[in-house]
Amino acid sequence: MKRDHTPRGAAARKIAATVAGAGATVLTASFVIFAGLAAAPGDPVSQLLGAKATDEARANMRRRLGLDDPLLERYRHWLTEALHGDFGISLTSRQEVTDLVGPRLATTFLLVGMAALLVVVVGIGLGVVGGLSRRGRAVVSALVGLGIAVPGFVAANALIGVFAVDLGWFPTYGSGHGLLDRVWHLTLPAVALSIGYGAYVSQLTAAAVAEESEKEYVMTARGRGVPAGVVLRHHTLRNAAVPVLTASGLAVAGLVAGTVVVEQMFAVDGVGALLIRSISSKDHPVVTAVSLIIVVAFVVVTTLIDLLQVALDPRERATS
Amino acid sequence: MAVTLGTAGELTRRRFASLGRPALIASTLVAGGLTLIAVIGPWIAPYDPDATDVLAAHQGPGARHLLGTDSLGRDILSRALAGARLSFAGPAVIMLISTILGTALAIFSAWHGGRVDRMVNRLLNVMFSVPGVLVAVLSSAVFGSGFWAPVLALGVVYLPYMARVVRSVAVRERHRGYVESLQLAGMSSWRICLRHLVPNVLPIVTAQGTYGFGSALADFAAVSFLGLGIQPPAAEWGVMVSEGRSELLDGALQQSLSAGTLIVVTVVAFNVLGAQLSSRSGGRR
Amino acid sequence: MTPAPLFRIQDLHVRLRHRGGERTLVREVSLSVRSGQSVGLVGESGSGKSVSIKAAMRLLPRGTRAEGRIAFDGGDVLTLGRRELARYRSREVALIHQDPRAHINPTRTVGAFLTEGVVHTGQMNRAEATERACALMADVGITDAARRLHQYPHQLSGGLLQRVMIVAALLPSPRLIFADEPTTALDVTVQSDVMAILLEQIRERQVSMLFVTHDLDLAAAVTDRLAVMYAGSIVETGPSAEISARPLHPYTAGLLQCRPSTAEVKRLTAIPGRPVAAHEAGTGCSFAPRCPFAVERCRAERPHDRSIEGRTVACHRVEEIADRLEERAS
Repeated sequence: MKRDHTPRGAAARKIAATVAGAGATVLTASFVIFAGLAAAPGDPVSQLLGAKATDEARANMRRRLGLDDPLLERYRHWLTEALHGDFGISLTSRQEVTDLVGPRLATTFLLVGMAALLVVVVGIGLGVVGGLSRRGRAVVSALVGLGIAVPGFVAANALIGVFAVDLGWFPTYGSGHGLLDRVWHLTLPAVALSIGYGAYVSQLTAAAVAEESEKEYVMTARGRGVPAGVVLRHHTLRNAAVPVLTASGLAVAGLVAGTVVVEQMFAVDGVGALLIRSISSKDHPVVTAVSLIIVVAFVVVTTLIDLLQVALDPRERATS
Repeated sequence: MAVTLGTAGELTRRRFASLGRPALIASTLVAGGLTLIAVIGPWIAPYDPDATDVLAAHQGPGARHLLGTDSLGRDILSRALAGARLSFAGPAVIMLISTILGTALAIFSAWHGGRVDRMVNRLLNVMFSVPGVLVAVLSSAVFGSGFWAPVLALGVVYLPYMARVVRSVAVRERHRGYVESLQLAGMSSWRICLRHLVPNVLPIVTAQGTYGFGSALADFAAVSFLGLGIQPPAAEWGVMVSEGRSELLDGALQQSLSAGTLIVVTVVAFNVLGAQLSSRSGGRR
Repeated sequence: MTPAPLFRIQDLHVRLRHRGGERTLVREVSLSVRSGQSVGLVGESGSGKSVSIKAAMRLLPRGTRAEGRIAFDGGDVLTLGRRELARYRSREVALIHQDPRAHINPTRTVGAFLTEGVVHTGQMNRAEATERACALMADVGITDAARRLHQYPHQLSGGLLQRVMIVAALLPSPRLIFADEPTTALDVTVQSDVMAILLEQIRERQVSMLFVTHDLDLAAAVTDRLAVMYAGSIVETGPSAEISARPLHPYTAGLLQCRPSTAEVKRLTAIPGRPVAAHEAGTGCSFAPRCPFAVERCRAERPHDRSIEGRTVACHRVEEIADRLEERAS
């Protein structure tokens, strides 16, 4: 077959390779998680039937769950069902895993969305200020230093202490009902979640903007009398956008994983808290499903960044 | 600019490194002092950190209990001092694992170069994108909660950070003339690596290990906070933040605040010290 | 009386803040370009020639201060307000940079680069600009102009990219072009092509040019007048042909002796020592440490510009050594 050597062909190959790589990552991760949990201590049968069940009932249950099959066979079976949206039943609540995860996913999604908005708007905004003005740089780097040094669960404590208990502006715990109430409940968690990654994004933005504004082509444009605002938009920010968007994407991916800690801190009933609870109660079908969802979300976000880079940087398109 | 989560660490490090000599002295004192507490903490604690006294519960800071007591009447200062040991043991083992594995991988990769090096590099990039806390949490799911599951997992998570800095120094050393002349003189690869490459990467390994220690401490405390690492009633800072959470609602800040402050101070002290060491070791790119 | 020059630098000093103190980058530079004239500014790297050009465009980096007078068409460039500065940069002068690869944004198309200057300063709309850019591209020998407009810089060769830079400079029909080593970063094989195209366009359009280079021979061949710079100061100015035939400053003579000749095989006599920067020069003549004719006075006292044979030379011993310089040059 003749290879398409046009730039468009190179871009198409690159996109195909990126998507295939993402698929492979998810598949590998799902197997590792499945196999790991299958090898973990804990007997799902006695968890389901209780200690007093007869041997016959146990044997039946083992057959029903397919526990006597070889690992690969069990994985294949689980994967087929999972692809059809069936992740089995929870060992503790006996509910369909899908029914457990579904509504919590919406909560977590809202939390990640709010935190992502904070990271992007505040993080990039502060970064641009820090990258462009000398005086801004000192303020921003102090804020960033603080944001990076304070772990999310420590920041969460301070936020609850000040804004929920002392000032009473926000509720301390829970996820709320209805959209507005939820947003109100999720504000402090979103802030706690976004601090670390927001600092990371603004630091990278400041570095990228400062680096770009020293570039020769920025001088070329200034030397042609192009207004400062246009130079900023067309050159400085345009070119800083590639690393900044990459950083923001990685940050959002990190937020997805970070919900595990923050939801626990604020008793938000999302998938992160569900994961921790299920690990503690050895509810492996739920653990597998939730970790897979987190991995998928993570991989989807990072893949989107890769594709965005191809779109933004013409040099990326050409090299394969 | 190839952006990874490691890039921000690199930028922070440069900022900390630019603080200069006073920062080196201050961070050495603080990090050294905290490490000393981790060793002798249980012995200098004014009370038994685990002794409960229901009658003395929920006390504010005072003459008898400098930082007050928690909901079971345990002395918070004693728990903070004694808890330093477990809080430090976790990241110490994490850095030990990531240092040994990361350095070995980096030197192996730098020594062979070419395809091996490229593959290792790709592997490291994949590992950079793995969310650390999630891996630690899943590790607890597989191996059961406690000290070792999260520590082993975080040891692997921190490996690429160590491997990357060591690799850049090792690649540079590898191409120095003396390595070739030792090879020509018939010295085995093993001996050259152990006798010559390892001593050369040692300063940067120390610096990165110190730097990573702070972040590892925060991650380990986070896992304990989630209830999947060190288990209560053991005294450990992450556990204290977790236990202090319920007291927070009654307006009693001191337990979570003191443990949280200790964590932040430790993270900053070790990060600054590590950055200072790395800027003085000449191992910067 | 001759009319006032189009562009004139008088007594320019450029200083850089450095560790609490200040460093001189350019000292007492005076220079003028008449309408339609080409002037060469020659010197080794670090001699301050690019800094002078940047000062003339008001593009000096932060922490740098320019003093003196830079006049364009009678107006003082150093005190222009924001609007007038934009007008000066966009319509009156244009700058051709040394390295087109670094000076053209790699993430934007060639078309965007070309039209940006005139479109965003309100001189043309995009369609007019594109049309005129296409015509100019044909003039400088770029085939397939319409396709090139949609390409990105990395898809063009260095020589082609520098022609794009020339088109960008010509697009607003400026009166003066600053060419900062326009061919130095290019492959040797395309240098002369690009130079020829630049000259052709300049002459055809009667544009004045200030040509900055380290290559004295090249400058002498393509310009009407020359100014030779050393350590931040101009050491000799005069008509190009005369300077290259009969240098009056020992440094100029040294530069001329450095060139290899195809006519005869002889040992190249490089100037002994290394070039110094303006801030490193002592109280005397900055060339004195390397000058074969230096005497006590040269090391103690900075020479002033002296007019001789229609030229300006900053050398104490210019009359005494003129003959000996000629001897050495032959």
